[in-house]
Amino acid sequence: MNAQIRRLFFVFAALFVGVIGIGTYWLWRAPDLEARQGNPNLVVRQLTIKRGLVLASDGRTILAQNRKRKVQGRTWFLRRYPNRGLAAQAVGYSTIERSRTGLEESLNDYLTGSNANLSTLVDRVENKLRGLTQEGNDVVTTLDAGAQRVAMQALAGRCGSVVALEPESGRVLVLASTPTYDPNLIERSFRRATQVAAPCSPASPLLNRATQGPVFIPGSTFKIVTAAAALDSRRWSPSSTFEDPGYCIEYGKKVFNYADQAGPHVYGTVDFSEAVENSINSVFCDLGKAIGVRRLLDFTKRFGFYEDPPLETPGEERSPSGLYSKGKLFDPKDPNQVDPGRFAFGQERLLVTPLQMAMVAAAVANGGVLMEPHVVDRIVSPDGDVVTRTRPDEIRRVMRAETAAALTPMMVRVVEGGTGTAAQISGVDVAGKTGTAETGRANENDTGFIAFAPADEPAIAIAVFLQNQDGTGGSTAGPIAKTVLETLLRRTT
Amino acid sequence: MTARNRELLNLFVVGLLTACGFASVYLASQDIPEFSTTSLSYAGFFLALFLAAHLVVRYALPLADPYLLPIAGLLTATGLTMIYRIEPGQAFRQGVWVVGGVALFAAVILLLRDHRRLDPLKYTCGVAAIALLALPALPIIGHTVNGARLWIQVGPVNLQPGEFAKVLLVVFLAGYLRDNRELLSMGFGRVGIPSPKHFGPLLLIWGVAMLVLFQSNDLGGGLLLFSIFLAMLYIATGRWPYIAVGLVLFAAGSYVLYHLRDHIANRIAIWLDPWQDPYDAGFQLVQSIYAIAGGGLFGQGLGRGVLLSDSGEPYIPFLETDFIYSAITNELGLAGGAAVVLLYLVFAYRGFRIAMLADDGFSKLLAAGLTATLAIQAFIIVGGVTGLIPLTGITLPFVSYGGSSVIANFLLVGLLLIVSDHVNRSADR
Repeated sequence: MNAQIRRLFFVFAALFVGVIGIGTYWLWRAPDLEARQGNPNLVVRQLTIKRGLVLASDGRTILAQNRKRKVQGRTWFLRRYPNRGLAAQAVGYSTIERSRTGLEESLNDYLTGSNANLSTLVDRVENKLRGLTQEGNDVVTTLDAGAQRVAMQALAGRCGSVVALEPESGRVLVLASTPTYDPNLIERSFRRATQVAAPCSPASPLLNRATQGPVFIPGSTFKIVTAAAALDSRRWSPSSTFEDPGYCIEYGKKVFNYADQAGPHVYGTVDFSEAVENSINSVFCDLGKAIGVRRLLDFTKRFGFYEDPPLETPGEERSPSGLYSKGKLFDPKDPNQVDPGRFAFGQERLLVTPLQMAMVAAAVANGGVLMEPHVVDRIVSPDGDVVTRTRPDEIRRVMRAETAAALTPMMVRVVEGGTGTAAQISGVDVAGKTGTAETGRANENDTGFIAFAPADEPAIAIAVFLQNQDGTGGSTAGPIAKTVLETLLRRTT
Repeated sequence: MTARNRELLNLFVVGLLTACGFASVYLASQDIPEFSTTSLSYAGFFLALFLAAHLVVRYALPLADPYLLPIAGLLTATGLTMIYRIEPGQAFRQGVWVVGGVALFAAVILLLRDHRRLDPLKYTCGVAAIALLALPALPIIGHTVNGARLWIQVGPVNLQPGEFAKVLLVVFLAGYLRDNRELLSMGFGRVGIPSPKHFGPLLLIWGVAMLVLFQSNDLGGGLLLFSIFLAMLYIATGRWPYIAVGLVLFAAGSYVLYHLRDHIANRIAIWLDPWQDPYDAGFQLVQSIYAIAGGGLFGQGLGRGVLLSDSGEPYIPFLETDFIYSAITNELGLAGGAAVVLLYLVFAYRGFRIAMLADDGFSKLLAAGLTATLAIQAFIIVGGVTGLIPLTGITLPFVSYGGSSVIANFLLVGLLLIVSDHVNRSADR
């Protein structure tokens, strides 16, 4: 029987070697397994990294920080957001149970010190050798904490968004979206964090209305794009005259101007500046027909329409502006599929992000040159060294400098005596354009206001958009733009 | 050095490792690492217990193998440490069970003295084994835990009679196969198949194993019983065809059950592709594989592994019983997992050595059968949680949390040491 016992031992030895073998196999596959959803090992590894801070542009206001907790023999760094909903959609959240969003997601490698920059690599190896906690890099954003707070207060109780940026550099100073949420609650109760009362449905507090959706109809704010296209073609000048009968004729039907209790406005003979000042639909309708859908569409693309607006937030949190059909971006092959008149005054099926419309204002303000917007100023290592710093980057020249120069006084007149008087700031010339888009439901207009100031030496470009408003762009979005602009101008002067 | 002094030395090494293990887990659980003597109390208690066991062996079985008790001790200590790390309250209960196991170990050694006294009781043991297996099926005392009807409740304690049945079954098979091995060896190819008279009892055991499997829904237990049977049949007869026919019969039985119970069909489907349903049916195996892969070569560190969520819930259900090997591998790495596996292999080596040195058939078959039982049981669960074979729930001997398992395995080691002492005594003469 001894021979059998010996053989049986070898069988057992083979089986146990098989166990060690498959253990080795899983070890070899560990990198691939770690990346899988539901593997707690990766989550915990990330939680044991001392994640970097996210700061406002002053380098002091903390948007995201850590709270230490000893869990299962390890120090876990859990995220805390001391300013709660202040810039919740832009900063995003990083939790144990849920995936990350916002800058927390897109800058995760920097925040966890997993980026491949040489100084970070050296730090990481050193920490590992010395058994120290891996530390991430801090992110200093371009967001102006004070103006962001003013914008959020002004938007409170509404569904809307404010984007403000520096036309010259593309620095995003305000990136506000309401309704907002408290990112500190996401871990504990996702439902409680996201179920907020708001005058729009769905409220979607996680949606970054500034860059995502897009949810806003530009309405007459889009007339700046049409006007730029018209002036840039040299076929029209600010003094070109138009005849306004109160409507324009499209496909044999009358399309009326904006109407109040007295009925549609009728202006008679007007020049281009007056048409912009009073936002006369019939003039832009005729302009659209004259320019043509093809050329107008091409001009929107020069402003950045039909592309995700550039920013450091995750790609899935940015959406292109443009014509939308059945919920999808629609780039017509055949221009006849689009109504040129309604397109020209910002109706048709246009949907925009406030960031895109702020880029439109900024391009005019910057003499026709569009700069790439950015919300990250610099990334700083735990030792205080700058890992990377964002440098201003030009996207393209959108229009001739003369076009921008001609457009600016036309926009100043809008605020001085036209539809945008609510945005007047004493001592400062504001160039702006209002928009009031009828959604088809009574007293539920999408309103907007885009502007830059000071008009002669633009420091700030801004876009304010609101959903479901009982009023015009001038009366609803204008005052918000005014308070945010005032805050920012006080800061720069 | 005498065998007993060698055993004592080994036990001190085990005691030292235990102290390190508990201290490590204790320190990792503190907010501010601070050494405390309470962390050593488990190790001290543990060492005292095994010194008592050692003294019993020194008194009654001076020539017994010096490695089996320290291996059992090290595995028990590893289990206790891991259970303490996962759920300190359960470690205390497991400690009580270990005391019970050592008490039974001492009682068997002191009262039985000579394993050959079991020979005339082989049929009694066989009937007792079947009776124990049938107990959970009874109403009132029998009950179901996690889909398997394996438990009986006696007063305040829950017992798994199947764990004891396996030891009794080995005693029965040792006696029965010794009596019939020549007749059984004649079958196949020479005189044709053995007569039903000799083959009958073996078919009966197959039937019992299948019935256990079907009735209790305990795939692991059924597989263990049947594998013990096949291993001992092979040792007794040296005939591969028995193994082949046995495996075919088991496969056929499982195939029928496959269609009767989707429980079993699921197990095999999950084994083939754990990621087809990683959040539900495949959850345990997938999480177990994550834990094993996440351990790396040397582990995350004792007490610092990724085993429990921040609320203290284990990521793998049944972590301290079926999946304790995954927990060990996560904290001690592939190296630690391999060390545990090697302990079972060394145990098998020492156990089989006793069997090979024995000069009578009953002793040989008993020692080999008991050794094979432990090794097969370890392989079924370790192979299962690593995805090498389909996962069937069964305890990892000495390591998993579970009273019946610990006590039955100490009984097994006690018997093995009795055989060992006897074998070495006759070799001395």
